[in-house]
Formats: sequence, C-alpha cells, structure tokens
Amino acid sequence: MTSPATPQDRRQAPETGLLSFYESPIPIRPATLGDAIASEWTKLRSVRATVWTLGVMVALMLTLGVGTALLLAANDTNLAGEPALALGLFGVLLGSLCVITLGVLTIGSEYSTGMIRTTLTACPSRARVLAAKAIVFFSLVFVITTVTATVVAVFQTVILSGTVTASGGAWALATVGVGLYIAGLGLLSLGVGAIVRHTAGAITIMIGVVLLPLVLAPFMFADALRGVQRFLVEYSIPNQLSALYGTTMTSTGPSAWEPLLVMLGLVAVALGGAVALLNRRDV
Amino acid sequence: MIELEGLTKRFGSKVAVDHLSFQVRPGIVTGFLGPNGAGKSTTMRMMLDLDNPTSGTVRIDGKHYRDLQEPLKYIGALLDAKAMHGGRSAYNNLLCLAQSNRIPSGRVDEVLDMVGLSAVAKKKSKGFSLGMGQRLGIASALLGDPEILMFDEPVNGLDPEGIHWIRNLMKALASEGRTIFVSSHLMSEMALTADHLIVIGQGKLLADTSMADFIQENSRSYTRLRSPQFERLRDVLHQEGFTAVETAGGVLEIDGATTEELGELAARHQVVLHELSSQRASLEEAFMQMTAGSVEYHAHSDRDPAAEPPAVGAGWGETWNKPGSNDTEGK
Ligand SMILES: Nc1ncnc2c1ncn2[C@@H]1O[C@H](COP(=O)(O)OP(=O)(O)OP(=O)(O)O)[C@@H](O)[C@H]1O
Ligand SMILES: [Mg+2]
Repeated sequence: MTSPATPQDRRQAPETGLLSFYESPIPIRPATLGDAIASEWTKLRSVRATVWTLGVMVALMLTLGVGTALLLAANDTNLAGEPALALGLFGVLLGSLCVITLGVLTIGSEYSTGMIRTTLTACPSRARVLAAKAIVFFSLVFVITTVTATVVAVFQTVILSGTVTASGGAWALATVGVGLYIAGLGLLSLGVGAIVRHTAGAITIMIGVVLLPLVLAPFMFADALRGVQRFLVEYSIPNQLSALYGTTMTSTGPSAWEPLLVMLGLVAVALGGAVALLNRRDV
Repeated sequence: MIELEGLTKRFGSKVAVDHLSFQVRPGIVTGFLGPNGAGKSTTMRMMLDLDNPTSGTVRIDGKHYRDLQEPLKYIGALLDAKAMHGGRSAYNNLLCLAQSNRIPSGRVDEVLDMVGLSAVAKKKSKGFSLGMGQRLGIASALLGDPEILMFDEPVNGLDPEGIHWIRNLMKALASEGRTIFVSSHLMSEMALTADHLIVIGQGKLLADTSMADFIQENSRSYTRLRSPQFERLRDVLHQEGFTAVETAGGVLEIDGATTEELGELAARHQVVLHELSSQRASLEEAFMQMTAGSVEYHAHSDRDPAAEPPAVGAGWGETWNKPGSNDTEGK
C-alpha cells in the first residue's frame, strides 16, 4: 500500500498550508434564517401528512359551517340576538385537532424517522431550526385557516341574509382572529412535540389540554373549588375560541382579542422551553 | 482536519468514550476500528455536536461544530442509523438539506447521479432497500462537496459491488485532499481502504498508527507442527531452544523458526511429522488480540468469528448490537 501516513506526515499535518486541503468549487455563501425557512418549507410541502391534516380541517370547517347555516335557513330558525358568524365555531373546534396533529408531526416525525440528526448536522443552531419550523408552520396554518374561515363566514352571511348582522370588528375576530388563534395552537403543539419528542405522546397531551378543562370542570361542584371551576371553563381552549366568535359559556373571562394574548404567552413558554431543552439534550 | 482532545462521554454510570485524543488528517483515509459497543458511533455523534461530551472537545479545522455556518460544506457525515424521512422522496430529502446550507439545488441531482439513485429520485425513501438507503445517506454526505467526510460503517448492507464502489469512492475522495474518517469493525475491510488506523476498545484509545506500521507489527508468521509423537516433539523442540505453543488438536505453533530448520530438526531426532506448514496470522486476528480485553458483547458460541466472510458479517453487526447492548447493560 502506498501510504502517505508516514511519521513525517504526522508532524507536518497541524501546520496548515503544508498539505493541500480540498477546495470545493461550490461557492460558500453564508446561510441565514431565510435558508432554514426555505428548507422547512420544502419539508412541510413534501410530506403527505400536511395535505391530509389541513385538507381534513378545511373540509370540516366548510361542511360544518355551511351545513349548519343551510339547516337553519331551511328551518327558518329565529337567530335574533345570537352573535352572527358563530356558526363557524364547530368546524374550527374539530379542525383544531388536525392542526394539533400536524404541529406535533412537524417535529415528532423528525425524531421518529431519525431525520432530526441529519437536520441538526446541517444546521447546528437548534434555535434557528425551531424558529424556521415555527415560522413556516404558523404562516401556512394562519393563511389556510383565515381564508377558510372567511369563506365560511361569507357563505353564512349570504345564506342567512337578513337574520344576522355583524360588525367589522366581529368579522376581523372571526376570520383573522381565529386564524391567529388556531395557528398559535399549532405552534403550542409544535413546542410540546419538541419537548416530548414522541408523536403519539405529544398529540395525547395536546388533546388533553384542549378537552380536559371542560371534562374536569363539572366535577368541581364543591364551594371551595368554585373559583377553579370557573377558571377552567373560562380559560379552556374551546371557550376562548368561542370568545373570538362572541359566544362564551360564561359572561366573564377573556373576550374579544384577549384569548390571543393568552395563546401568545403559552406559545412563548412552550417554544422557549423547547429551545432550552434542545440545546442541552443529546439528539 | 479533526482534532479530539480528552473526549469523554458518560451515559449514567457507563463510560462509552473515555478520554479519547487523536487527530484525523487530510489527504488520507483514516480507519476507526473497534468491536461492537466500543464507542465509535458515540464518538462520531459528538464530533457532529449531536451528543454533548461529558468532557473534552472536538475541533473541526480549529472550530467547534456549532460555530460552523454552513456545516455541510465543511463536513459530510453518514451516520449508522437511517436518518431520513421515509415519506419524502430521495430528491426532497436532499433538497431540504441543500437549502438549509445554501447549496444550489442542481447539486442534488449531481449527488444522486454519483451514488446511482437518479432513477428513483422521485420515489419515497421508505421503499428503499438497505443498500439504497445507504447510498442516499452517502449522497447527503457528499451534498456540500465537503473537505471532511465521516462514514459510520458505510459498507453496512451493501452488496459486493457496492462495497467495491465505496472503497474506490473513499480513496478517490482522499486523493483529492479530503479528510476521510470511516468506522468499521472489520479489520480486513480497513486493510484495503485505510492509510491510517485508530483502534478503540471500551471507549479507550488502543492504537493510533499508520496502516503500514500496523501490518508490519501485527502480521505474525509462525510454523505449525503436528505429530503422532507429540510429547517427544515437544521435548525435542524444548531441548533445542524453541518455544512451542500448544493449541487445540495437538498442534504446536513455533514463532521465529523456518520450516527448513524444523523439518531437519525432526528428521535428526527421527520424529514423524503429519504437518509442517508456515502460517501467517491475519490482521483480523491481530485486531481481535488487541481488543480482546475490551470486547463487551461476546457471542455464546465457540466458533471462530474470524472465519466469517467479512462482507456478509458486516450487514448484521448493527442490528443485533442494539437489543443485545440493552440486555447486557441491564438498564
Ligand atoms: N443513548 C445512549 N444511552 C445509553 N447508552 C448508550 C447510548 N448510546 C450508546 N450507548 C452505549 O455506549 C456504548 C458505545 O456505543 P456505540 O454505539 O458508540 O458503539 P459502537 O462502537 O458504534 O458499536 P457498533 O460497532 O456496534 O456500532 C455502548 O455500550 C452503548 O450501549
Ligand atoms: Mg456504531
């Protein structure tokens, strides 16, 4: 064997320049967050889960929203006094489960397939990877939810013309507000997915977060627990979503744009925790 | 150039990598050898900043991995486990990596072509065979045309043609001035590809030597003798000052004597010989001897593992190691 690994080589090696290093013809241009975003967008659009979950969500929002409006119109129900546009709530509530699933999968599938190792080898900054994922996922879900919610609201107004009226503020809440809230819920799921690193586990946790407060609340009838009960109901995710549509179960609690602030806080904590953990943990 | 300094990794009470210090130099293929569970994959993961070292440092061209801006342009790696999303096509799996490092997307087609996967570029990678998956991993390592390449058991799952291909690929890459670091537990494989050798056992450095030196020092030659007059032969050898080692089946092995000497000696003393042959210990045996004290996972069969054909054995080492290591550790 013609080995260049002679003892002499060894002494020379540390002094760069004595040995010819390989120079790639590919130009080196500094990679930025934008490149990470491009990468995450490719990832998101190239898996079937994205089409499935978001497709099912759009279908649920459209059929339930338009369907209930048609039913009510056919039965000539009197909706006077009811907040307009609120019929969109059921579809969004069910659709949120799809967003939770996709949010968790966005990071969970990286762990279950082992792709996370390749991802972090290509981009060692954990914060950048997570930020890129969050930006891409949030934007996609926000656009799709807002557009669908707007379409549903327009249909409802047309179908139930005369019976319902809504102010501009109510329109903004029921479209952009809902889009922001659902996309935020997706980010919370992404954060929980990154913390738990286990898809099924994280989805279960998130479904618990959505449903548990309402399931638990009825059992807190003792006087001492009255406050806890009210808190659970008021701050449950379904109730906060209702608030965006102007129909809450309680008269107090977050209303108008306040649910979005609550969600913002939760997302900040979850993503902050995820970055801290990702920086510390072995992959 | 990769430099390790006192690199240590502890998993609970288990020390997987124990104060490793060595350098991987450019322009040559450096083989990284050790038995199952020696800590090769763990060391490589720490080089890529995937696992945090308990202590010690790794430097790539003087920098920490996390400080590399577009790491794929400096260092490409093939890890031991599959590290791609099976639901994504081969092309998209590589495209998202290329984008994150600002590598032109044309490069994706180039590397797919290099590893011979162009025809299945649009197919989902979960349908790939073991060998195809390995080729996809190699393609991802080559994506940034890096000056350093790291392969964790690259011949795993490859057919003889694939093994041949990878051997030549590594040599070609090294001859362009790149740093090649490749792990294996097969000495025979390394003897064909590596110029330099780093051997570890139970996380500790056992050897850091050029391949040529290793071959020279470790290929012991000896003479094998078999005789129906075993006792007499042994006494005669002893009288004449030869040290004979008894091995199974009444065979005597003598170091440092020619067959001529021993044949004439037997004739002089009128000892009948059934066998007189000159032998050379294989590098595989030398490697096993070197790591004998540090093998963690012994098979419960007394068949000679060195007798296994290397290419076939390679594919299976990985799979049985994982559950096996858990059993032995009792975690
Ligand atoms: N994440 C982990 N948690 C606990 N122990 C681990 C972990 N990773 C590796 N180990 C232990 O560290 C030791 C070294 O493992 P490693 O995979 O690095 O060996 P290896 O040299 O690559 O072996 P092989 O040749 O079988 O691939 C083993 O004993 C293994 O059980
Ligand atoms: Mg390994």
